[in-house]
Amino acid sequence: MNSVILQIAARYIKALLVLFAMIALLRGHNYPGGGFIGGLLAALSVIYYGFAFNVRQVREKLKVNPATYIAIGLFLVVLSFIPSILNQLELMQGVWLKVQIPVLGELKLGTPFLFDMGVFLTVIGVTFLFFFSLTKVE
Amino acid sequence: MQNILLIYFLFSLGIFVIPVKVFKYKAIVLALVQVGAFIYFASKIPIITDGETINSILNWIPELGLNLSFILNGLSLAFALLITGIGALVFIYAHAYMKSYANTDRFFFFLFLFSGAMLGLVLSENLIQLFIFWELTSFLSFLLIAFFHEKEPARKAAFQSLFITGFGGLILLTGIILIGSVAQSYSLTEWILKADEIRSSAFYVPGLILILIGAFTKSAQFPFHFWLPGAMQAPTPVSSYLHSATMVKAGFFLLASLNPVLSGTIEWTYIIPLFGVITMLVGAYFAITQTDIKAILAYTTITALGILILLIGVDTKLSIKAAILFLFIHAFYKATLFMVAGLIDKKTGTRDLSKLGGLAHYMPITFIVALLALFSMAGFPPMLGFLGKELVYEAKVQSPGIASLILIFGVAANVLMIAVSLFFLKKVFLGKKNNYSKNPNEKGLFIVGPALLATLSLFFGLFPNILGNSIIEPAIQSIFLETYHVKLKLWHGFNKVFFLSLFTVASGILLFYLIDKYPKLLENWRKLNNKIFTIKLADVFSNGLDNFIEFSKRNTRVIQHGYHRYYLLTIIVVTALLLWFQVFVTRGWELPTKLSFNPFYISGLIGIIIISTIFSAINKSRIATIIAMGVAGYGISLIFLYYSAIDLAITQIIVETLTVVMFVIVLQKLPRFAKLSSKVTKIRDLAIALVFGSVMTILALKAVQVEFNHTISDFFVENSYLKAYGKNVVNVILVDFRALDTLGEITVLTIAALGVFVLLKKKKA
Amino acid sequence: MEILLAILVGILYTAGVYMILRRSIVKFIIGIIFLSNATNLLVFLASGVVSGKPVFVGEEPANASQMADPLPQALVLTAIVIGFGIVVFTLALKYKFFELTGTDDLDQLKKTDN
Repeated sequence: MNSVILQIAARYIKALLVLFAMIALLRGHNYPGGGFIGGLLAALSVIYYGFAFNVRQVREKLKVNPATYIAIGLFLVVLSFIPSILNQLELMQGVWLKVQIPVLGELKLGTPFLFDMGVFLTVIGVTFLFFFSLTKVE
Repeated sequence: MQNILLIYFLFSLGIFVIPVKVFKYKAIVLALVQVGAFIYFASKIPIITDGETINSILNWIPELGLNLSFILNGLSLAFALLITGIGALVFIYAHAYMKSYANTDRFFFFLFLFSGAMLGLVLSENLIQLFIFWELTSFLSFLLIAFFHEKEPARKAAFQSLFITGFGGLILLTGIILIGSVAQSYSLTEWILKADEIRSSAFYVPGLILILIGAFTKSAQFPFHFWLPGAMQAPTPVSSYLHSATMVKAGFFLLASLNPVLSGTIEWTYIIPLFGVITMLVGAYFAITQTDIKAILAYTTITALGILILLIGVDTKLSIKAAILFLFIHAFYKATLFMVAGLIDKKTGTRDLSKLGGLAHYMPITFIVALLALFSMAGFPPMLGFLGKELVYEAKVQSPGIASLILIFGVAANVLMIAVSLFFLKKVFLGKKNNYSKNPNEKGLFIVGPALLATLSLFFGLFPNILGNSIIEPAIQSIFLETYHVKLKLWHGFNKVFFLSLFTVASGILLFYLIDKYPKLLENWRKLNNKIFTIKLADVFSNGLDNFIEFSKRNTRVIQHGYHRYYLLTIIVVTALLLWFQVFVTRGWELPTKLSFNPFYISGLIGIIIISTIFSAINKSRIATIIAMGVAGYGISLIFLYYSAIDLAITQIIVETLTVVMFVIVLQKLPRFAKLSSKVTKIRDLAIALVFGSVMTILALKAVQVEFNHTISDFFVENSYLKAYGKNVVNVILVDFRALDTLGEITVLTIAALGVFVLLKKKKA
Repeated sequence: MEILLAILVGILYTAGVYMILRRSIVKFIIGIIFLSNATNLLVFLASGVVSGKPVFVGEEPANASQMADPLPQALVLTAIVIGFGIVVFTLALKYKFFELTGTDDLDQLKKTDN
């Protein structure tokens, strides 16, 4: 496909989709979104870009192997279990860190977020692997 | 106690790792370990003779009554001493015997592991655990019998023994579970406490029969006896060990240790002696017509096993005493004779009775050893075997139930045994010297084991009470559960038993004289046998197996036809019919609500989904089909959105998009829709699909009516913010409350992705 | 409205079953997608549908009776993503099958053994 309009639009739409994906991931705990949705969106943006240009170029630009995303994602998931073990809680029980930030108020950081992040990366990697395998680009 | 077992398993592994080329004296080391274990068990004799037992329990799954539970009582001590003692001698013998063979690493590994498994079996207090060791011995004996696996008879015999003993083991397990369900436990101690309850329960007879089948297969009782002569394909050290102290004695051990639980009923005292008697006679009858010296010994083992099982079944104090004594007698002489047979085979290159003779000249020590062992087998004084035979006769004379039958058969079997023993001695060691290709000698460590055991047969025959008080007495006590004093003596005086014995010996010698003087007699006997016993159980077995395999092949060809859609068709039709059946059974329900089209836009949406679905199913253009499919998918996501499932809706939209994208990618490379199905097929499939779809509609309507228990959902909603600090409950469930499920899910996704990657990756040139 | 939804589920199942019984590869895969959609909808419907009450809670203790059931939603969300994985895997499998045999006919599948 070599549509100029699509190619120009793709640059902006890609950026927009990635932004959406990040927002979906970050607010997922309180509003619609989350790791699955964010990951699928992020993957969609790259696939969209690949349609507008050339899949091979996109793959080369991506540099990182899709399997690496999966690996990092699963690693983060496992990492999110460690605090609960260290605190001698049930495995996978959420551990939260509350940080007081002036002006903004209280910020809560928890292992579920790390977990969601892992899901996010895994879903991206899986979708990439699907896409590049089916298009036969390695 | 479990540490001993651990040592066995560790040593067998360790010895497997070191190649025999590096370290030549493997077998000697293993023999020393056996000696160590023997000393350990022997040191426990004083404790056990005081009537105590040694217990140790390692909890495994206590909730299910599964523990690693070991017990050392009189009976298991007797067996443990036999296993380790004869085991040590077998390993010394094997050191000499196996020198000329390859793969001895494997051999010693299996054999030592086998010792360990057998030891585990006799020390088990938990019956499930006993079963595990039981099957382990079956499996290891399979590997040992098949050691010369390049020979077809060895493979066949090994398979036969595995099939029969392994299968018997499974039947035994069923029996154990059945009795265990009555006793509410798998602990032998518990069973003994609840013996009356077990004996009076409805499960007693089926349980007993199943356990008996297990014991009979292992102890080669008629009609399962045929695997044992086949098992002589194993290297001789294995035969010697298998026949004397281990494997085949396991069935006897099981019945002896279950005696306090299951005995004392008519079933016990009739079924067991009946099979024992038949086995005893079958073994003796076939022993005398064999020409292979190992085969002769194998059949006499069957006789001995018949006697042992018979005595356990007769179930008087005297018979149990006779059984335990006979266990030792048989272990001593049978191990000796097998080792001698192996030595002869090794040094002369033949096991054929007609080609042997005059070996006493070349192998004087071996001759004396064999003489002692054979006299013990024949039951001549002053050997231990004489004592045993007298005691067995006494037990038989006094036995209740089918006593007269037992006695007649017993005398017949003993006559044959005496004739066999003498015939063996005469044919192998006396008579004229044959020309042997090798020059027979008795160098090497071969003779150590047999000599020691034969001496023991003589020694204990002269001083029987040493054995009687230290080992036999506690073993009997652990079966009777009460103190019992054993007094053994050679001379019993002129009584009924003595005259019976005298008659037996005279008849035996007469029979020996006849078959020795007139070789034609035995030859015709063999011919007669071949005519009468045209059906060989071993052949029946293997033919039956072949037919079964052929049957399942034909079966498989019909069921596994290879047509993808007919597999699916079968699954779908069966599922639909089952569901319709359930609908029919639970008829008489009402629709949850009235049919309404309010709000109209959702009705319209559903209409659009339905139309695009149907369009997708019947369209002939590929792109149109996929677009229609996409429309249906997006429509469903709007339904999710309307019914308060925002996250679902978003996910569905993105997934639908991705699916369409993936389809389009692949579609470029796949062919157009071909017209493959005829009209009739299409109508048939449509009918099936409608039957399935309509039942799913009914299922959905019924499901709406069901009142769900909302406690879990309510917990999630109420604690979503309080405990997990998240306002989006669905997301909190995914990443916090049910994070394990999500972990499973992304693992599945990863595997799917790797699968796709592997399937489609380019082959490297 | 439940009745209409139940009919929709039935029709999706009908279409799905009809399509997986076809011999063409592509139709088979589309059949799988319909079946997975139908099942998702069935689970969703079976838990009871309510409109306009999404499951979001505030900082104060929440009242579960005023909201849709979150548990089936989480289940179905998982099922959608897994379904996606399965569909793509089947797609790859059939793609490979076509590459090896050069046919779209699933009945030929039995002959590629060995």
